[in-house]
Order: sequence, then structure tokens, then C-alpha cells
Amino acid sequence: MILSERNILFRLILIDKLLIGILRIGAMLAALVMLLILFFLAHESWPVLSKLSIARFINDASWHPLEGAYNLMPMLSGTVLTSVGALLLTIPLSLASALFIVFYAPLHLATFYKRLIELLSGIPSVVFGFWGLTTLVPLINQWNPPGASLLAAILVLTMMILPTITLTAYTALAAVPEELLRNAAALGLSRWGMIRGVALPAAKTGIVAGIILAAARALGETMAVLMVAGNVVQYPETLFDPVRTLAANIALEAAYAMGGHRAVLFVSGLLLMLLVMVLSGMAGLLKKQRYA
Amino acid sequence: MPKNLQLLLAYGFFIIIGVACVSSLQAQTKAATQRLVLTGSSTIAPLVGEIARRFESLHPGVRIDVQTGGSARGIHDVRKGIAAIGMVSRALKPDEVDLHAFVIAQDGVSIIVHADNPVRTLSREQIAGIYTGRIMRWNVVGGADARITVVNKAEGRSTLELFSEYLQLKNSEIKPHIIIGDNAQGIKTVLGNPHAIGYVSIGAVEFEVQRGAPIRLLSLDGVDASAENVRQGIFPLSRPLSLVTSSELHGWAQQFIEFARSSQVHDLVRAQYFVPINTN
Repeated sequence: MILSERNILFRLILIDKLLIGILRIGAMLAALVMLLILFFLAHESWPVLSKLSIARFINDASWHPLEGAYNLMPMLSGTVLTSVGALLLTIPLSLASALFIVFYAPLHLATFYKRLIELLSGIPSVVFGFWGLTTLVPLINQWNPPGASLLAAILVLTMMILPTITLTAYTALAAVPEELLRNAAALGLSRWGMIRGVALPAAKTGIVAGIILAAARALGETMAVLMVAGNVVQYPETLFDPVRTLAANIALEAAYAMGGHRAVLFVSGLLLMLLVMVLSGMAGLLKKQRYA
Repeated sequence: MPKNLQLLLAYGFFIIIGVACVSSLQAQTKAATQRLVLTGSSTIAPLVGEIARRFESLHPGVRIDVQTGGSARGIHDVRKGIAAIGMVSRALKPDEVDLHAFVIAQDGVSIIVHADNPVRTLSREQIAGIYTGRIMRWNVVGGADARITVVNKAEGRSTLELFSEYLQLKNSEIKPHIIIGDNAQGIKTVLGNPHAIGYVSIGAVEFEVQRGAPIRLLSLDGVDASAENVRQGIFPLSRPLSLVTSSELHGWAQQFIEFARSSQVHDLVRAQYFVPINTN
């Protein structure tokens, strides 16, 4: 077919091309922003990275950047521990909530419950942090001082990522085709048998995606954690020891940091970024395994 | 064709307005060639930034550029003539007498405990003992039988710098249980924990105490912690915040320093939790 201006397809193809162009530019911009952030972090931390060996960030005695001690590992462990702890608490709770909404609750109760969870997801993190600081921390303090601790951070983070996992799991479960569930029912499976054998496996991708989204949020959460975690740079021995996360470290010290101190803070930003990259890499690996 | 004529007139009108706007903008930028550069202490920079903004709104012909880099950079830049005014958050040293210092505010830090805590005063050695972990329980210094929760500031904060200088400790020697960022977080932490000890800017505490927060300020070396004692320079945990210049003052620099020392900026000084100086 010869294309000419007379051809009625000509305009459609033109519009298509235009649209593809716009989409390409949009996608490129999104990727570019990511790359720019990486470049910026690397550029800002270069003064330190070029002078110090990487081993200093692992082997130094402590984190006292003004005295030339740059050990980032306690903060890395603090970040990972708070996030993993929050995920361990949240995943069963969220799955139970999502299953409740989709399979067990009467319709009006399910709607009400879902609205409630959506509302929870809209609460700003500072509000959680403030509640933690004025209510949760004094409570834990009575039990086992100083109160501001790994436990407090885990509990606050749990409340913050609970709605994320619940809502994504709900969406994934609600998207399971009706035929599958009906077939399962026709085969005489119990409700729990249907959930375990049919619904959950079918919704697995969506649920895992929600968990990874929540994990990324937990790793990067700053204000709420900063207010309740105690922020002492150390490896916690119990749940009641204070910890500092990488994100909280940047927020705490960046306002007054200069020169080398500032550059080391960008290194901790870079490390946080690497952590999130590892996480998304793991998600990709999981997906591949499923299809293999 | 009256319609065309109308359009033409309208276009002409817009063009004239556009040209007028551009030329007035140009006139403004021409007038704003006066630039004043301040460099130095990151403690003072936020306050001076606010003062500069107000100064600029009163004097549209001046642009003020505030850069941080520490008190040492402020002194260096003023000596080299890179900056007209330096910001220094300590008293001048004996080898810096070639410079003129103008105090614009006082920075004071006070030790706070919960109002339920019976301890009224602590000596310098006791505070150092508590902050280095040698004293772990309140009953050692005359309080209840409870573990002390030590609240420290994040590295780089000016209050930490002043506090550790007073105790002659390095930050690595301090063994904290909680590390906080700003003053408000410190006050909230002590409010929520009757066995905590912390230190924050005096301006911030006085504000909270006036509003009825159950916090006690401890006196230091026999001097009560109050903004008045900080203003008079007799409270041990305080320091002057000054603007320094190398030569005799003239022009905009002089006007700016006079403005920064006047009562017109006292609200800005208090907003940064510093203590304003007395103006005659």
C-alpha cells in the first residue's frame, strides 16, 4: 500500500508516530531523572570516595565524621533490621486483612474496612512519628528504658507500610478471575482450600510487588524513624536498643554538615540507593525464577 | 476593515506593555548591582539569611549573598577581602584583634530535665560523668533510683559544639542513649521520659516553659539558666554570635550591621532560638 496524504490511514499513522514520540520522551525523562540522581550522589560523594578506601566505611571504629571515623555498617544494619522487622510484622497482618476484605467480610463491612485502610495510607509520616514520640516511646520507656529503640521504629514502620501491602494484596486478590474461584468451589474445595490452592498462587505476583514497594518505603522512611529510633550509631543487641538508619543519618546531620562531613553523608545516601537497587534486583530475580 | 484595525491596535498595545515591562526590569537589575557578600559560621547563616531578606526588602538596591563554611572561613575571607563581612560564632581569639567584631545575638544552651526530677543543679564534673557514662543512675547525683537516659545532639549541630566545648569532651567520648536533631525534638524527648537529661537552646526551652511544659532548667556553676543571664554573658554555656569586618565600616556593610544589631530584627533572632542583644 502506498502512503500518501490522500490515504485515510495517513493521519492515523502520523498520530501514532507522534504519540510514540511523546511516550518515548516521557520514558526517557523518567530514566534520566534516576540516572541524574545517581550521578549527583556519586559526584557529591566523590571528594571522600577518592581519598578514602572503601574499607574505611566498614572497618572504622565508629561514626564520628568530624573526628575522621566513618563506619557506616552499624547504620546499614539499623536500616535493614528496622525494615525486615517491620516487614515480618506487616506481611501476616496485611495478608489477613486483604483476605478478610475479599473473602470473609460482608460487603458493607468490607467497604468500610477498606476505606479505613485507605485512610491509614494517607496519614503523613510525621504524624506517625509524632505519635510514636509522644505515646509509644514513653510507653516502651516504662517497660525498658530508654524507650526510643529498634522496637519503636519497627512498630511505627509497621503501621506505615501496613496499608501499602494490604491494598496491593487486595487488588491482586480481587483481580483473580472469577472462573478459577468457581471451578475451585465446584470441585468441592473448602473456602480456605480455595484461598490457599487457587487465589493466593494466582495473586502471588501482585502481592510480592506490594511487599517490595513497602520494603522500599520502609528502607527510605526518614522522619518517623528519626523521631522514635533513638539514632545512636551502634549494633543493637536487643529490641530495646536505639539504632540509627541511613536515611535518618542524612536528615540529622545534613543541615549543618560541611566539606568532608557533607560528602560522607552523600556516601550514606549512595549506600541507601544501592540497598534499594539490590532489593529491586532481588525482585527481578524472583520473577525470573517463577517463569523458569 | 475596522475589525482589522482593532486587532492591530490591540497588538500594538500589548507590545508597548511588553516593552515597558522589560525596560523596567532592566532598570531594576541595573540598580541592583550593589552586592554584599557574607561568609562564615553555619550557626549564624540561617539568622543572617533572614535578616538579609528583610534588609533587601527595605533597600531594593542591594543584593546580599550569605555563604557558609565555618567561623574560620569567615575570618579568612574577611582578611583576604573575599567577603565584606564574616560570621563568627565565638569570641575573637587574641591573634584576631585586627578584626572588628559586632555582636548581633547570644547563643545559650541549657541542661534540661523533667519537672518530676528532684535534681536542681549539677556540677560540671557530674554532667561530664553522666555524658561519658561514668554516672549511670540518678541516685548518685541526688535523684531517684533510676537509670539516666542521656540525650545528645547529632554531630555538626552548633549546640553540641558549644556543649562539648564546655565539658571539654570530644563527641566520641559521649555515650548517649538517644540522639536528636532539633531543639523541639529534644524537649519532646525529655517531656516523655522523666529520667532523661538533655540540652537545648535556651530560647527554645523558655518558650516551652512559658507555655507550661513540665521541664526544669538546671543552673550551671551557680548561675541560673535564663535568657537574661545569657544576654549579660555570665551564663557559662553561652557564646556571642558576631559579624566581623577588617576595616572601618562604610556604605551598605555599615548599614547592614547596624540593621542586624537593631531591635527591628529581634523577632528573627528569637525565631532561631538565639537571645537578642540589648539595644540602646
